[in-house]
Order: sequence, then C-alpha cells, then structure tokens
Amino acid sequence: MARKLRAVLIALLLLASMAPMVVAQVTTDSCTSCHQNLEGRLAKPAEGMADDAHAKRGLRCASCHGGNPERTGMDAHDRRAGYVGAPSAKDVPKFCARCHLNPEFMRRYNPRLPTDQYARFLTSVHGKRLAQGDTAVATCTSCHGVHPVRSTGDTRSPVFGQNVPATCARCHADVSRMKPYGIPTTQYAEYQQSVHGEALLKRGNRRAPACNDCHGNHGAAPPGVTSVANVCAQCHSAARDLFVKSPHKKAFDTLGMAECTVCHGTHKIEFPADAMIGTGAGSVCTQCHPAESAGSAAAGQMRASLEQVKTVIANAESMLAQASSAGMDVTDAQLDINGAKTALILARAVTHASSVSEVQKATAPGVAEAGKAQKIGEAALAELGFRRRGLSVTVAIIAFVAVTLWLKLRQLEREAR
Amino acid sequence: MSVRSWFDERVRYRGAEDFLHEKEVPVHRYAVTYYTGGITLFFFLIQVVTGLLLLMYYRPTSDGAYESVRLIISKVRFGWLVRSIHAWSGNLMVLAVWLHLAATFFGKAYRRPRELTWVSGAVLLGITVTFGFTGYLLPWNTLSYFATKVGTQITGNVPVVGKALLVFLRGGEDVTEATLTRFFGIHVAILPALTTLILGLHLLLVQIHGMSKPISVQPRTSEPFYPQFMLRDFIVWVILLGAVAALATLLPWPLGEKADPLASAPAGIKPEWYFLFMYQALRMLPSHINGLEGEMVGIAAFALGGLILLLVPFLDIWSRQERSSRIVALIGILALAFIVTMTVLGLVARF
Repeated sequence: MARKLRAVLIALLLLASMAPMVVAQVTTDSCTSCHQNLEGRLAKPAEGMADDAHAKRGLRCASCHGGNPERTGMDAHDRRAGYVGAPSAKDVPKFCARCHLNPEFMRRYNPRLPTDQYARFLTSVHGKRLAQGDTAVATCTSCHGVHPVRSTGDTRSPVFGQNVPATCARCHADVSRMKPYGIPTTQYAEYQQSVHGEALLKRGNRRAPACNDCHGNHGAAPPGVTSVANVCAQCHSAARDLFVKSPHKKAFDTLGMAECTVCHGTHKIEFPADAMIGTGAGSVCTQCHPAESAGSAAAGQMRASLEQVKTVIANAESMLAQASSAGMDVTDAQLDINGAKTALILARAVTHASSVSEVQKATAPGVAEAGKAQKIGEAALAELGFRRRGLSVTVAIIAFVAVTLWLKLRQLEREAR
Repeated sequence: MSVRSWFDERVRYRGAEDFLHEKEVPVHRYAVTYYTGGITLFFFLIQVVTGLLLLMYYRPTSDGAYESVRLIISKVRFGWLVRSIHAWSGNLMVLAVWLHLAATFFGKAYRRPRELTWVSGAVLLGITVTFGFTGYLLPWNTLSYFATKVGTQITGNVPVVGKALLVFLRGGEDVTEATLTRFFGIHVAILPALTTLILGLHLLLVQIHGMSKPISVQPRTSEPFYPQFMLRDFIVWVILLGAVAALATLLPWPLGEKADPLASAPAGIKPEWYFLFMYQALRMLPSHINGLEGEMVGIAAFALGGLILLLVPFLDIWSRQERSSRIVALIGILALAFIVTMTVLGLVARF
C-alpha cells in the first residue's frame, strides 16, 4: 500500500515539475489553417475547435500538442518546439494532467475547476487497469470527448449531468467490451427504469443522481459493501440516520450485507412503495424474516400503522370532495390534509428505524390531522343538509305566498267582472 | 285627526294613491312583456340589499379582498347565501335587462313620446354591465383578475384615447390594488348614485307616459295597475325570489383560487357571458383590416353599435308615424342573432 502511494506521489511530482505548455498568445496558427484543408480524421480536430472549451479560453492546438504554429506545413510539427502529436491511449491522462493538476495554471482559466482529477483517476478501476497496461479502459477523452472537449455545463457535452448515464453505457452496456472483465452490462437499462433514471432522463430533474454521483467521477469504482450506505446518504441522510439506530445495522454489518441495496436494489431502484414493508406481496422484509417470526410481526405492525393514516386521509378526502363539489368551502381542511400527508411521508422514512413504536409515534399526528379534516368535512356536509332543508322550507313559504297572492288576484278579477 | 289624514297633510301621499288607482295597463297578447321591467327592478333591489350586507365585511385590498369574501362565505352567518344570491341575481339582472330591451325594441315602445325613456333605459343597460364588470374583480380570484386584465386590455385598443382609458380604468399600467379600489369605488358609490338618478328618471317617465302598446295591437280592454297588475308583478317577484334562493343554495357561486398577479394566466380565461359576444367577435377578426388594426376596427364597430342603440328612437323614422318598419325589425333580429351566435361560439370555444 505504502509503495503504491509512493508511486502515485512520485508520478504527481514529476508531472507537477513539467512546465505546462502555455502557448496561449499565438499570433498566427497554421494548425487549423492546414488541418481544415485536409480530409478524414486529419480534418476533424480543426472542425471541432470552434466549440472546444480550451479554444474558447484562448488556448490553441499547440498549447496541448506543442510544435510551432507560426511555421507552415510539416515544419510546424517541430519536435524541438515540443511537438508531441496525438497521445496514445495510455498517455492521455498524463497528457491532460500536465495542466489539469496544476492549481496555479488552472486558476488563470477556471479557478473553480478541481485539480485532483488525475490523482483520483489513478485510484479508479479505470486508472489502475490502465497502469497495468489495459488500454481498453476509459481515459479522459473517452468520457469528455476530444476536439471539441466541451465544458461539463454544456448540454452537448458527454459528461453533462443528463448525458452521463448514456456516456458510461457506451462501454458498460457493450456486452463484447465488458466480456473480458466479467461484469454485467444491464446497469444502464436498469437505471433507466429506476426512480433516479426516470427523474433525470425523463423529467429532466438535474438533482437526480447519475452514475458518477454514486460511483465517483474520475475515481470511478464500485462503492462496495462497506461504503454503499455512505453513498446513498449523500442525499438520503435522514434515512441513513434512522437506519444506523435500527437493529438492522448491526445485523447487516455482521452478515456483511450492503445496507440500503438489500431492500432497495442497486441500479434499478424503484420508487419506494408501502408494499415493500410488511408481509404481503412485494414485501422486502420477507426476504429475511420468515412468517410467524418476530421480525415479520413487527413489519406487519409498521405497515398497519401506515395503512391506518392512508385510510383516514382517504376517508377525509372523500368527504371533503363531496362537500366541495356541493359548493361548500372546505379550504381550511386542506391544511390538515397536507399535515397528515406530511406525517405519512415522515412515518415512511421512520420505517428505516425498524421500530414499531417509533413508526406508531410518527403516524399518530397524521391520524389526528386527517381526523380534524374529516370533522371539517362532516360539519360541511351537515351544514349542506341544513341549507337544503332551509331551502325546502323557504320554497314552501314562497309557494304559499305566491298561491295566496294568486287567489287574491282571482278574487279581485271576479269582483271586477 | 286620523293617522292617514295626519300623514296625508304632511306628505300628500293620497295624490300618488289616486294615481295608482287611475293607472291602467293595456291587455293584449304581448302584455307579458310588461313584466320584464319589473323583473329587472326586482333583481336590482336584491342587488342593493345583498350588496349592502356584503359591504359590511368586504375589504377592497389585494391582500384582504379574497380572504374577506372567504370569511363571508365560510364564517359569517348566512354570508354564503347573501354572496351567492348577489352573484346569481347580478347575472339574472343582466339577462332581465337584455330581455326588457328586446321586448321594448320589438314592441317599438321607444316611439314618440317615449324616446327619453328608451335613452335612459339604454344608459341603464350600460350601467348594469359596468356593475357586472367592476363587481367581477372584487373577489380578487384568478379568473376575475385575469378576465379583468384581458377586458381592460381591450379598452387599450380604443382609437386615440385607448391608452389613457386603460390607465384610467386600471389606475396605472397594470391591474393592481389600485384597480381593485377603483373598481370598488365605482361599484359601490358611483354606479349606485348614477343608477338612482337615471332609474328614477326612467320610472318617472314610465309613469308619465304609461305602458306603451305595440303598433300592431289594438287593445280592446285594459286593467287597473293597482291592485291587479301589481299583484301579478308581486307573484312573479315571489317566484323569482324562490328561484334565486334555490340557485344560490343548490349551485353556490364558486370563489375559486386567490389571484396571483405573478403567475401566468390560466388557460381558458373567458369574460363573463354577457361580454362574451364582443370578446368572441374581436377574436375572430383578422389582425388587420384595410391597414388598420383588426381589434381597433372591431371596438370602433361596437362603439358605433352602442351609439345606434342609444339613438334608435330617432333613427326609426317610421315609428314616428305609427308605422312598423320591417327593416328596423330585421336589423334587430340580425343583431340579436349575432349576439346569440357569438355568445354560443364563445362558450364552446377553447381559448
């Protein structure tokens, strides 16, 4: 371990000692003028430069590839002027790191950009395999693209948040490419069906996690059993805090189980349903807790508590809808309904504590709030009945007055005749 | 001295009593149209009574208007009934005014010497719809807010004075609390004062000239206004009171959502049904007509229509000679068909 660390440090120091090839202030640039007149792969670098994040900040071809852009033709490929041409796959990370691990240099262009990408890359599965000579693994350009390398905030960039899953899938969903590594290729398809994939890819919710949010960006690696809960807790901290207090924590640690994923899965994480808890179909509790066991009974009780709140809310809502459709104002009850629904959401989170009493304590306010709403609904329906009875009486009186007036009119008409 | 004599000596009411006893109402097959004026008056009286009750709780501020109406319908005893009756009766009053206008027009009741009765009635029609327009905003709900925005925007297209008119109506460039307080003032002070004056004149003229009879009708008989006709009027009023109470109870006027001036206008915003024919017609006009803005041309046409309506007694030269003109009747039928068609199109249209 210490040797590996030393090797990484030496590599970093060597790279840091290399002066970044700054040729930002180039007055003439023969690279693009020549390459744009070429065909095929030789023309591509020049075509893409207009969109390149580096070019937009004043860097030119020679900034990365060296050479003398003031000279023309092949004379520009002057190795004395540092011309390195296109780096091989194994050299790409070092090639980019010449600038990207230098904070002083990066500060001049984009101070917010981190400079630890290369160090992280060396710790990633990709980086480790590359160090072992596997050039089929992903390097910087595999994900970020090349000519143009677009800013990560550019929606066209392969590493723009919503594009990340598809970018990773280019390799990780490729069966033939993954075959030598013996890893599955279904992650992307599963992710697309997951609650996270649905949020990010279908609804465009950029706060939803993509591959890199759990696996890391440059230090991409499977989270592993011991750290998967920490990965989920980046967003689901409340669930994590409740889980660590639960009896499951110790049991999972003892059994070497990966906490969150045991119940929720990995890439195909579905929207959590109440059916996941309890003893019925869709329950995840029954995976470990056999019927008639204490755990099964506790799961059933927790589910019953949730169902109780849902039932009371549904009854209250039905009553309020009835009153509202009859024109009664029941707006006040909506606050109670909202309160009950919030309590239900909190109670669902509390199930991570796996404590029947805690769940019951969390559902109690929901039952009370929904009960208040139901009372408002009942009062509104009672008032509606009163109004309708009142209308009947009023109509009867009005009819009586109208008939009396009509009779009087008839009498007057008879007298007039 | 009896109480009657005491009062008569001071207010001379026996003159009015004698007038009532002497007043006759023609009896003929179109005599049913005579009730339309009384029905309109009845709805107006309901509006006055319920409006005064609402005034006790209503607050004309953008923060308080919606909440005060909600308070009225949810907490004030029978507030829901008063507010619902006010809304229903207001709409029925507009309908009654239109019916009264149609009955008067087709019965040619505007002919000499009743020209000013017609003119005062036409002005009352304008006042009635202005009552509706200003009152609609007062609950400050989403529909009323955006409908007012659209409605006042249309006035901005009136030739020459459009912009000034828009700022005058809104109390600024946009519909704000200034518009609400302005509409409130117009609704509860200016329009009632004008109505009192003009309605008073209208009723006085009706009493002076008596009931008009259509040209084609030669009534052989008449009946006393008091008590026969008046009793019939009361019977109609009592039945209508029951109908309004039933509508207000069984179909309470909705309050909707509180207006959010920062939100975008919801889809399907339409003005009240009595403005729908104008709104629909303006929407159907091409953007430009002979180089002029289509909406501006439409507004000018409606303004001209209003002027013609006001001057009907002076334009119908045949009626002065007690002759019934088919052209005038045809124009009336076409105008009515236009209003009904545009209203129906507006009701079924998806904006």
